Amino acid sequence: MEKFTTLKSKAIPLNIENVDTDQIIPARFLKATDRKGFGDNLFRDWRYHKDGSVNIDFILNDAQYSGKILVAGDNFGCGSSREHAAWAITDFGFKVVVSSFFADIFKGNALNNGLLPVQVSKAFLSDLLQIIASNSETELLVDLENQIISVKDFDLSEKFEIDAYKKTCMINGYDDIDYLVNNKKLIEAFEAQKIY
Amino acid sequence: MGKTLFDKVWDAHVVDAIDNGPQILYIDKHLIHEVTSPQAFNELEERGIPVYRPNQIVATADHNTPTLNQDQPIKDELSRKQLEQLSKNCKKNDITLYQLGHKYNGIVHVMAPELGVTQPGLTMVCGDSHTSTHGAFGAIAFGIGTSQVAQVFASQCLLLTKPKSLRVSVNGELKEGVLPKDVILYIISKLGTNSGTGYFCEYAGNVFEDMSMEGRMTVCNMSIEMGARGGMIAPDETTFSYVKGREFAPKGEDFDKKVAYWKTLPTDEDAVFDQEYSFDAEDIEPMITYGTNPGMGIKISETIPVNDNPSFKKSLAYMNFEAGESLINKPINFVFIGSCTNSRIEDFRVAAKYIKGKKKADNVTAWLVPGSKQVEHQIIEEGLKTIFDDAGFELRQPGCSACLAMNDDKIPQGEYCVSTSNRNFEGRQGQGSRTILASPLVAAATAVEGKIIDITKHLN
Repeated sequence: MEKFTTLKSKAIPLNIENVDTDQIIPARFLKATDRKGFGDNLFRDWRYHKDGSVNIDFILNDAQYSGKILVAGDNFGCGSSREHAAWAITDFGFKVVVSSFFADIFKGNALNNGLLPVQVSKAFLSDLLQIIASNSETELLVDLENQIISVKDFDLSEKFEIDAYKKTCMINGYDDIDYLVNNKKLIEAFEAQKIY
Repeated sequence: MGKTLFDKVWDAHVVDAIDNGPQILYIDKHLIHEVTSPQAFNELEERGIPVYRPNQIVATADHNTPTLNQDQPIKDELSRKQLEQLSKNCKKNDITLYQLGHKYNGIVHVMAPELGVTQPGLTMVCGDSHTSTHGAFGAIAFGIGTSQVAQVFASQCLLLTKPKSLRVSVNGELKEGVLPKDVILYIISKLGTNSGTGYFCEYAGNVFEDMSMEGRMTVCNMSIEMGARGGMIAPDETTFSYVKGREFAPKGEDFDKKVAYWKTLPTDEDAVFDQEYSFDAEDIEPMITYGTNPGMGIKISETIPVNDNPSFKKSLAYMNFEAGESLINKPINFVFIGSCTNSRIEDFRVAAKYIKGKKKADNVTAWLVPGSKQVEHQIIEEGLKTIFDDAGFELRQPGCSACLAMNDDKIPQGEYCVSTSNRNFEGRQGQGSRTILASPLVAAATAVEGKIIDITKHLN
């Protein structure tokens, strides 16, 4: 897993609530057996019309917006457990997703793929979306060590929460498999004396 | 202080804890399917890690499978390759696979309980969010991502922070025509799609105690639709008699010992939950959804609420519905009875009872998709297939089918589908398709009438 410490980047605002993983990557694109290439179909049915033509009204097709941070509405990533959603977002080039609420499974999948979910207050999210909407050049700074997200040139920042263990994993690029495999002895001992 | 059902099962599975961090939770049963497992197998292979406990893994093919002509080679190349990959991976790693055509093949959340793989007091995972279904037996069961599938392959464990506890109680007498699906759609419509996030939910009260195992599975299945990682119902005599005698259930004295243990699992009277909600059974009516998330549900006799939220309006625009309107008499061309929510024998009995002696409306395409080969056989043996055939319904072969538009079964652009599945997200059943979630009874009635009717006025 790639390490993550700080990120300074412009952001793309996706001002929609309850974005489910079927929108992030529709099921018909889940037939691949590796993790690569899902970015091409990120938000497929919002990015393209059914005939394959580009939907110029969708934010990802708006040339003035770019960046490695996706700022989305409340309850992002609900629905299916497909990790392909996290793969599609990272494959497209995002390193951070900001929302006021994340669904559990998506949040875990993101963290397991070096994609940082930054949960902010509704008020902060609303300000952030407004600032980015009025100026697409706005730069955000995400500082994982200090758990702070701030907006350059604005007096706007907020501390965000992250599980201490997961933070260590993100900063060092560790993943859970290493940890679990290194604890096989404990697991074997547990198996030998299960109470149920 | 007493313990909850969830506490008891969780605590019995904690291997160790990281200081100020997650716990190592032991996983008893790992269910896998073709879509979310290949990358996990690849990862283990790349890192040179063997599958740790292959005998605790059960595999099936369900998401990507056709529901017609299953004896013939799969036409879609990518689907075929994905299924072949599953077969290869299972063979290589000594994992039991019930592949397409096997007498035990079916949707993972239908076939595993049928085989007795699902039992009270276990921890179970699958790379599928509807793994919450198995909580109906008093198991801790939840969906995981593919990185976690790899973790369980490698260690039979997961690193997890214990979720908070939530209890939803429903007491009283359900009205006629109100099915388990209506109960859970009602709960989600009241609590919203993220009320359960961060929680594990226990369903309590006489309504769930009185339900069959099939009904309990329908309820627990949709726990994830209110954000809860899982849902549970205390094991009781209904649970024990369902499990008894099944292929992988404990036998003889071993079974009796297990039952004695299972009886210790229900929540203690003095246990305290982090959050509690309760509802009166009498307030629940047959439900229907009008929007693009499962929380956007109303009683079938109600009108669509008015709301100025832009996401709400976007949702209604997608569905081509107006705020304030009723859905009664809306013409419907597609009906789907199936999915891991409602594809068990009881669901088809309900549908058959209503359909018997009636005919499907000419404008309707009605697909009935059993959850497993065993359910398919039961439908035929009980004579339900004859009823469906006579009424013009199409009984297909088992699989996830039109629930998720991944296989051949898709609803066309712009069409409404009254569906017994679990998600009404945009395009879930096909690009541009519009899903209306409902019970098997409402779905059957819609297929007969060719439009949505107020089922409460049509019951004797």
